Amino acid sequence: MYRYDETDRALVMQRVEQFRDQTRRYLAGELSEDEFRHLRLRNGLYQQRFAPMLRISVPYGLLESAQLRKMAHIVRKYDKGYGHFTTRQNIQLNWPKLEQVPDLLGELVEVQLHGIQACGNDTRNITADYLAGVAPDEHTDPRPYCELLRQYITLNPEFYWLPRKFKFGFTGAAVDRAATRTNDVAVHLVRRVDGAIGYRFFVGGGLGRQPLLAQEMNPFVPESDLLRYACAVLRTFNRFGRRDNIHKARIKIVLREWGIERFRAAIEEEYAKIKASVEGDELLLLPEDIERMRGYFTAPDYQPVSEAGADVVALAARDAGFAAWIKRNVRAHKAPGYRVVFVSLKAPDHVPGDCTAEQFEALADICDAYSFGQLRSTYDQNLILADVAERDLQEVWRRLAAVELATPNIGLVTDIVSCPGLDFCGLANAGSIGVAQDIYRRFDTLDAQYEIGAIRITISGCMNGCGHHSVGHIGILGVDKHGEEWYQVTLGGSPGNDAAIGERIGRALARDEIADGVERLIRGYLELRCDEDETFIECYRRLGMAPFKALLYVNESEAAAA
Amino acid sequence: MTAKILHGGEIVQDAWTVLEDGCAEIESSVGRVIVTLARWRTEREALLARYAAVGVLVPNTTDIEAAHLEISDRPLIALQFPTFTDGRALSQAVVLRKRLAFRGELRALGDVIRDLVFWLGRCGFDSIVPRKDQNLESCRAALNEITVAYQAAADHHTPVWIRRRGQAAAH
Ligand code: SF4
Repeated sequence: MYRYDETDRALVMQRVEQFRDQTRRYLAGELSEDEFRHLRLRNGLYQQRFAPMLRISVPYGLLESAQLRKMAHIVRKYDKGYGHFTTRQNIQLNWPKLEQVPDLLGELVEVQLHGIQACGNDTRNITADYLAGVAPDEHTDPRPYCELLRQYITLNPEFYWLPRKFKFGFTGAAVDRAATRTNDVAVHLVRRVDGAIGYRFFVGGGLGRQPLLAQEMNPFVPESDLLRYACAVLRTFNRFGRRDNIHKARIKIVLREWGIERFRAAIEEEYAKIKASVEGDELLLLPEDIERMRGYFTAPDYQPVSEAGADVVALAARDAGFAAWIKRNVRAHKAPGYRVVFVSLKAPDHVPGDCTAEQFEALADICDAYSFGQLRSTYDQNLILADVAERDLQEVWRRLAAVELATPNIGLVTDIVSCPGLDFCGLANAGSIGVAQDIYRRFDTLDAQYEIGAIRITISGCMNGCGHHSVGHIGILGVDKHGEEWYQVTLGGSPGNDAAIGERIGRALARDEIADGVERLIRGYLELRCDEDETFIECYRRLGMAPFKALLYVNESEAAAA
Repeated sequence: MTAKILHGGEIVQDAWTVLEDGCAEIESSVGRVIVTLARWRTEREALLARYAAVGVLVPNTTDIEAAHLEISDRPLIALQFPTFTDGRALSQAVVLRKRLAFRGELRALGDVIRDLVFWLGRCGFDSIVPRKDQNLESCRAALNEITVAYQAAADHHTPVWIRRRGQAAAH
């Protein structure tokens, strides 16, 4: 894990003081509402329906036990005893008081956490593969590169007032677990046959109003040029991103309006100019810079398989509950004798992604005892203990179960991704959490979930798409119809290697129809699939929209007419 | 009487007068004027003959590199902030200072609030004209609000990855 030195520490501490002064001036009436809004957003503070929301950046989803204990303290002292994990691997607090936020931020920086650039029109927290460093399919750990880029973009004055928010996502594995192409920039680490490392850059993705996937800009930028190329993209965006219409301000709109050839030419021209100037020398990364950063992300001291390993199959045979958890929540690890453990934040009747103070504390103890003191947050609003020895699995399971963190549903129908929606968010058209819970209840027997198999249901309370509805196999979008909550369904979206934007299926459904509708889609799929191995998304891709449309609008003539 | 501004980190009397496009003439005794890039292009000789010094105001939509040859010898270039959230001129400034090595006075004009000043300083603006209602002392203090930086902009900072070369990783 990256460790702050004096520079990092001084930077975040001075930043807290800067914000303390801004808050003071705002409360004293010296800063206008609008001016302060832009300043507080850049410190993670967003105004929600009932209270401010504070977003805390979790760089590429990596946390350690001291941070978890601090979070437990923070949510008790400044909030209502819980925090919320987002699809961008961050943590949100729903009830901090504005006057207290500077103190809250002051406590966070003691453990390397902050809200810098967590909201606002700037470069946001970088997301990455949540299995970085432990995935069997990984060829290059992306985290050292994420950290180098994080430092380059943090409080970078040139890119502090961008046209719109700007997000990076990284992966260095065969499987894209970070929905990278939903970002403004996706960086795929690549290794050429000659062994040279480089970056495959995709640009112009983004969800929200016009969901688009990032397009390939450059298939191989050399390893030394991460910051140079990032600078070229950011500068191009800062210059040409639209500022006349907030809904057209993302970089994806420049790409769409210009076409890919002109867009690529502009970025490549800027990249060439950067390389040829003094800036290029400053931004050039030497092998030692990368090597030094790699030193923060070395593998922990794994024990030999003779000590760490266990006959997991035999253990599971004796306990059905443990067996179910092993099957759904435990994955392969690159080190023999070790496993990756998913911590489900999707227990029945819980808000997806929420984590209480007691859970933060329990997780701190569990990861200290069994996973080298570290924890990760995932794109799907769950958590991960990345390095658990097989012999400890049963104990980890028991301890997670004791705090309702062992629901064996990772990747299943109840592993629903949802934004906070109308319950908290000031921009929402409709509730998300209640819909998630309704759908959950329809399928809460494990047998039903296992029969349905892998499926991704995602819910956003409005067009902004924080719940990533447009890349859900079943995506649900809250819309407002004459002051009522309605839901638009999209099908066929996917965030992974087969990334696709879901297709809108037909008219919106009312609040009391939506869970029924989703249930019909899923039960219908069980009839439609060619065999038990065909997943929902595969089935949809094979058959197309028509049979699913008929299922969703079963009582309507429009289904017959379609 | 001209206004007070920030120059070189100090509060000083402004030595320059902006010559609005509509306004044909002002006293040549004024000495130092700032004109728009459009006017500079059409009236260059007359302006140089009349005034002791002529600075140029460049819109934030202008390709600063394309315009560079016409303005590189100017003692002052002014860049615009139509709103304090519009950061286009920050990129123009960095390119002017670092790539094009502009050494003259670089001025920020427009909706310049106190909380933009720090970022302006880092991007190479040495001449800052805050919005009329802003407190100049407070603006001056803002220049040094954060004394450390990860990256270099058009300022005195050395990128942190260069500074850390030769040091072991902290643990
Ligand atoms: S998708 Fe809309 S409702 Fe949901 S959190 Fe984002 S802005 Fe709020």
